[in-house]
Amino acid sequence: MSKQGEKTYFSIVMARLVKNPFAIWGGAAVALLFILAIFAPFICPYDPGVVETRILLQAPNAKHWLGTDELGRDVLSRMIYGARISLMVGIVSIGIATVIGVIVGAISGYYGGWVDELMMRFVDIMLTFPTFFLILAVIAILEPDIMNVMIVIGITGWMGVARLVRAEFLSLKQRDFVVAARSLGQSDFLIIFKHILPNAMAPVLVSATLGIAGAILTESALSFLGIGVQPPTPSWGSILTEGKNYIEFAWWLSVFPGLAILITVLGYNLLGEALRDALDTRLN
Amino acid sequence: MMMPIMVGITIITFAVIHLAPGEPTDRMTDMNPKISAQAKQKMREMYNLDKPLHVQYLLWFKRFVKLDFGTSFSPDNRPVLDKILERLPITIFINVVSLALIFVLSIPLGVISATRPYSLFDKGTTLFVFMGFSTPGFWLSLLMMILFGVKLGWLPISGIRSINFDEFTAWGQVVDYTRHLIMPVLLSSLTSLAFLSRVTRQNMLEVIRQDYVTTARAKGCTENGVMYRHALRNALLPIVTIVGLSVPSLIGGSVIFETIFSIPGMGMLFYESVMSRDYPLVMGVLVIGAVLTLVGNLLADISYAVADPRIRYE
Repeated sequence: MSKQGEKTYFSIVMARLVKNPFAIWGGAAVALLFILAIFAPFICPYDPGVVETRILLQAPNAKHWLGTDELGRDVLSRMIYGARISLMVGIVSIGIATVIGVIVGAISGYYGGWVDELMMRFVDIMLTFPTFFLILAVIAILEPDIMNVMIVIGITGWMGVARLVRAEFLSLKQRDFVVAARSLGQSDFLIIFKHILPNAMAPVLVSATLGIAGAILTESALSFLGIGVQPPTPSWGSILTEGKNYIEFAWWLSVFPGLAILITVLGYNLLGEALRDALDTRLN
Repeated sequence: MMMPIMVGITIITFAVIHLAPGEPTDRMTDMNPKISAQAKQKMREMYNLDKPLHVQYLLWFKRFVKLDFGTSFSPDNRPVLDKILERLPITIFINVVSLALIFVLSIPLGVISATRPYSLFDKGTTLFVFMGFSTPGFWLSLLMMILFGVKLGWLPISGIRSINFDEFTAWGQVVDYTRHLIMPVLLSSLTSLAFLSRVTRQNMLEVIRQDYVTTARAKGCTENGVMYRHALRNALLPIVTIVGLSVPSLIGGSVIFETIFSIPGMGMLFYESVMSRDYPLVMGVLVIGAVLTLVGNLLADISYAVADPRIRYE
C-alpha cells in the first residue's frame, strides 16, 4: 500500500509516540515491569519464600533494600515476583475480555438486525451490574485462585470492547474494500477477520492497554480483600494485606507494594493515552 | 426497556449462584453435624432444589416480583430484604454525596484546564488526574487512616459515629457523623473525580472550536458567559452519560471502602455475605445493586433531557 519514500502508518505512529513524554514514561514503567517479571529469578537478591526468623520486620537497610516482613522474608524479592502476578493477571484477563469483546462486537456490527439487537441488550444487562460485586460473588463461590481471578475479570470486562468494535464495524462494512471483497465472493468469516478487523484494531489496542491498568487494580483489590491470589504466592495486593496489620511500626510493608501498583497502573494509563493520541487518524 | 433488563439481571444472578459446586444448602448442612437427612430434605424443598433448574428460577422469580428474596442463611434467619434495606441508606447517602462532590469539583477543574491548555494549572491537573485513577483506593485509604487517624488524630478511622454519639447535641451529632464520613467520601470519589475532569477537559477543548462559540464571542459575550453558558452546556451532555455509567463502579467500590472504614452499609453486608456464602443474601444484593444502577441511568437520562432541549422536544 505504501510507496517507496512514503511514510507507513506504523512509522507515523511510532514517530508520534517517541515525541510524547506520556509514551516515554509509561513505556519505561511497563518495560521495567516486564524485565523484572521475566528475569525475576536472576534479579532477586533472596528467595522470596525463605522464612528467616532472625530478621523479622526489619526496616529497609543495606542488605534488605525494602526491609523484611513478619516472617523475615525479603520484601524486594517478594515484590519482584509479585510483578509476575500483576503482569500475568493484566494480560491474561484483558486477553480474554478482548477476544470476547471483539467477537461479539464484530458479529453484532457486521450482521446487524436481530443478532445485533440481542447481543447489545445482553451488553446493556451486563453493564448494569456493579462489576466488582459480580466478580466478588463469582470468585467467592468458585474458590479464590489466580486462574479464577483472571477468568472472571475477563468475562466481566468485555462489554466496552464489544461496543467499540461494533461501532467500527458499522462504519467499515460500508466501505469500498468490503463491498469489493464481498463481490469477489469471499466468505463472511474472511471478510470479518481478514478485511475489516485489522482496520478496527486501533481503538481496541487503546482500550486493552487501559484495561490492563484496570485489571491490575482489580486483582490487587481482590487480593487485599483476601479473595484474590492466595498466600504464599506473593502478589502486591496480598503483600499489602499481610503488611497492613503491622502498618503502625512497619510502614515499608504497606507503602512499597502500593507504590508498585501505582507506578505500574500509571505506566499503562499513560501508555494507553499516548497510543490513543498516536493512533488518531484525524490529527496529522 | 427496563423490564427485559430486569429479567436479564435476575437470570444472570441466578446463574452465578448456581455456578457453585454442590448445592447451596451443602454449606449450611455440612457444617452442622446435628442436622438430619430429613431436615436437609426440608431445606432443599424450601429452596426448591429438588426441581429442575428452570422451575427453580421461575419460582424464585415469582417471589422476586413480590420483593421476597427469602431468608438469610446466617443464624439470625432474617428476611434478606430487611437486612439489605437497613444497610442501604448509608451506602446511598455516601454515594450521593460522592457524586455531588465529583460533579462540583471535576467540572470546574476540567473547564479551567481546557481554557488554559498546557498552562501550569492544566499540567498540575493532568498529573492529579493520572495519579487519581492509577492509585489503588484501598492503599490510599490505609495511608490516610494512618496519617489523619492515628498519627495526627484529626479524624476517626472506623464506623459512622462515636461510641458516645447519643450524648451529643443535635449539632454535635451532625459534626460527629460528618467527621466519620469525610475520608470514605473523599476516597471513594477520587477515581471518578479524576476521570470526569479529564473527560470535561477533552469535551471542552472540542466544543471551544465550534462556530457557535465564536459567534457568542463575536456578539460580545463575556468570556465567562461564553464558557459557562455556551460551551459548557454542550460539553456537559457526554459527561452526564459518563456519570450515569460510573454509578456501578461507585457502588462496587463501596465494598472496599465500607470494609476498610467499617461502615455498616450494603458493601460491607455484601462482603460478609460472600465470605459466609449466604447465597440468598448474595443474590439479593446483586439484584439491588443492579437496580440502583438502573435508577442511576434513568436519572442520567432525565438530566440529559434537562440539559439538552433537542431531546425534550422530540
